[in-house]
Amino acid sequence: MSQHQQSNGFRYSVGQRTFRFRNLADLLAKATPARSGDRLAGIAAHNAEERVVAQMALADLPLKHFLQDPVVPYEDDEITRLIIDEHDLQAFAPISHLTVGGFRDWLLSDLASPEVLTSIRAGVTPEMAAAVSKIMRNQDLILVAKKCQVTTAFRNTIGLAGHLSTRLQPNHPTDDITGIAASILDGLLYANGDAVIGINPATDNVAQACRLIKMMSEVIEHYQIPTQSCVLTHVTNTIEAIEQGAPVDLVFQSIGGTQATNDGFGFNLATLAEAQDAALSLKRGTVGDNVMYFETGQGSALSADAHHGVDQQTCEARAYAVARKFKPLLVNTVVGFIGPEYLYDGKEITRAGLEDHFCGKLLGLPMGCDVCYTNHANADQNDMDNLLTLLGVAGCTFIMGIPGSDDIMLNYQTTSFHDALYARRVLGLKPAPEFAVWLEKMEIFRNGQNFTLNHQVPDRFNPSLSRVLGGNA
Amino acid sequence: MSKDFPTHPINDPVIENPWEVLRGFTDARIGLGRAGVSVPTRHLLDFQLAHAKAQDAVHTPLDSQGLIDNLKQQAWCTESVLLLHSQAEDRAMYLQRPDYGRRLNEVSQQQLNSLSQPKTPYDLAVVIVDGLSALAIEENAIPFLHALLPALTQQTNPWTLAPLCVVEQGRVAIGDHIGELLKARCVLILVGERPGLSSPDSMGLYLTWSPKLGRADSQRNCISNVRLAGLQHQDASRKAQYLLNEARTKNLSGVQLKDRADDTVLEQDSSHHSFLSAHA
Repeated sequence: MSQHQQSNGFRYSVGQRTFRFRNLADLLAKATPARSGDRLAGIAAHNAEERVVAQMALADLPLKHFLQDPVVPYEDDEITRLIIDEHDLQAFAPISHLTVGGFRDWLLSDLASPEVLTSIRAGVTPEMAAAVSKIMRNQDLILVAKKCQVTTAFRNTIGLAGHLSTRLQPNHPTDDITGIAASILDGLLYANGDAVIGINPATDNVAQACRLIKMMSEVIEHYQIPTQSCVLTHVTNTIEAIEQGAPVDLVFQSIGGTQATNDGFGFNLATLAEAQDAALSLKRGTVGDNVMYFETGQGSALSADAHHGVDQQTCEARAYAVARKFKPLLVNTVVGFIGPEYLYDGKEITRAGLEDHFCGKLLGLPMGCDVCYTNHANADQNDMDNLLTLLGVAGCTFIMGIPGSDDIMLNYQTTSFHDALYARRVLGLKPAPEFAVWLEKMEIFRNGQNFTLNHQVPDRFNPSLSRVLGGNA
Repeated sequence: MSKDFPTHPINDPVIENPWEVLRGFTDARIGLGRAGVSVPTRHLLDFQLAHAKAQDAVHTPLDSQGLIDNLKQQAWCTESVLLLHSQAEDRAMYLQRPDYGRRLNEVSQQQLNSLSQPKTPYDLAVVIVDGLSALAIEENAIPFLHALLPALTQQTNPWTLAPLCVVEQGRVAIGDHIGELLKARCVLILVGERPGLSSPDSMGLYLTWSPKLGRADSQRNCISNVRLAGLQHQDASRKAQYLLNEARTKNLSGVQLKDRADDTVLEQDSSHHSFLSAHA
């Protein structure tokens, strides 16, 4: 077996046969574990053998190569410029002699301690992370991700080892305040909501965002909850809400891995910088100043016809370069939301979730996962149980929590409040420490060590129930 | 299901949540109670049934011939009804190749090309597409058209209709291809929407003025959630008639054609105080 790199691409010989790959993007795409989105884009390997040969050729490629051969042109794309211009050669030095295959061995080895992994972060580009993930098995992705430690903070501390946080997602199809509050109460009494209480608004405009931000701010203040709120509206709406005096904790934006994708989303890096500054100016964090919340997902670049022939997993990893520039509190890969034309079934969703979590953590992000599926995907609750468990083992930063797994606004299924408690019990994962103290104080946990909930409605919540139910509470 | 808390929970494995009564304020699955920390059997199976219905809605084929026979019995039906097929041969291909679902196959293209064209172009082509829920079409297409088509053909300045089309394995944009080949001034697509857990039968309506291949989604107007438990057929028909007439007056559709019929709906309670704060 031998590899030759030529100016017009890559060749790799196995026995009598020589396989050709047009360029780095082609090699990465062909080396990607099978998924429908790359087939839809017409860039996937033609058969199983070509895929493995591409992985072999990729394994022989020096990491240094990625610094000289961007998959999206430097001149055309501000994310490529961000990746190249902010690459830290000093952090890169300890791994600069490695090939992609050697990098996998190094990551798995005891040389790559949590401290060392932290020190090389700024030297790893998204393409290097994506490349090595393509030749890693699921257990490799889990093992290395678990070694990566990423901690962030706003009103509590997210991402400590042995912890798993949850986003309480109280969506309602008409943004009805009482309906939303009912889901928030349900979530809090199931000990969810330490990552964020985050609403996807049904009516997406500034006035509605302000209304929901104020509503959540009142709840957090009234119960003195050590958590933060977010309305998942467009970044420019949040900037306007801040200008109008709304009590914004976190700024949300969906992000992609090419400039053209983000053009489609209607923002650029300067917009995010402006929003971050605006949120920081409010000084609402008490234990930290990570004020951004990003969501990503494989397939967004292809969906926006903005992928430059780059496979969807590499595009996804490039979105993490955007994320880490703005020191987010939370990054969430919404892995099964986009539909079966990008990730066909439970197997593809599971693989993508583990890849995204690994790449995000390796690059230094507080990586969570919306473990989810739509009804036209070939997936079900058992697939979600599997991915949730795998991500729990891998040290995933946070998951979603929603009543009974059913998002009645976005019409998809994600992890429930109960699911988070399952993960706590089987894996011993704790909520953020400040939030755990609050849960004990509010008597939501009867036994915080065993994650046993109070059998009664905690006293502090009875006045709220009386308010909504009159004398029936 | 309201009951007192068990004082000795060991005797009753399921712990009920007294705030279950708040389900009167939301369709969210709140207050499910728990067995240990897990979802109790009854709610687990309710969920499984909802998911089963949603999956069946995606995978059950549209009974096209039955639909066409039924359409032809309606007084408002066009003289002929055409059965067309996209380039996606089956459901597995349909789900993985949305591009195939947006184009007619060769046979259907020839079928439309061989039709004799009217002297003046049709005002409107109505296209019924299975989409992601045949159930939505079977339950909603005829009752909706029963309200809409007589209204359109009997209003002052009536609409002329191209032959009704029924499309198998189609997506919204296939209406562009059909509208272009029929040389219709406007196309209205009735399509089975992606089923939600509690709404396997939701039909969507998409209006595109001057349809042709390559139209962007921003050039369409959408009316969503048409079903018995959602937007009623009469209401959907009124909205569609309003949008169609506006589109014809302005010669366009999409983001520039604002659905003012929605404005009243948005005038909701603007308060932000909830029962979870002392301000309520």
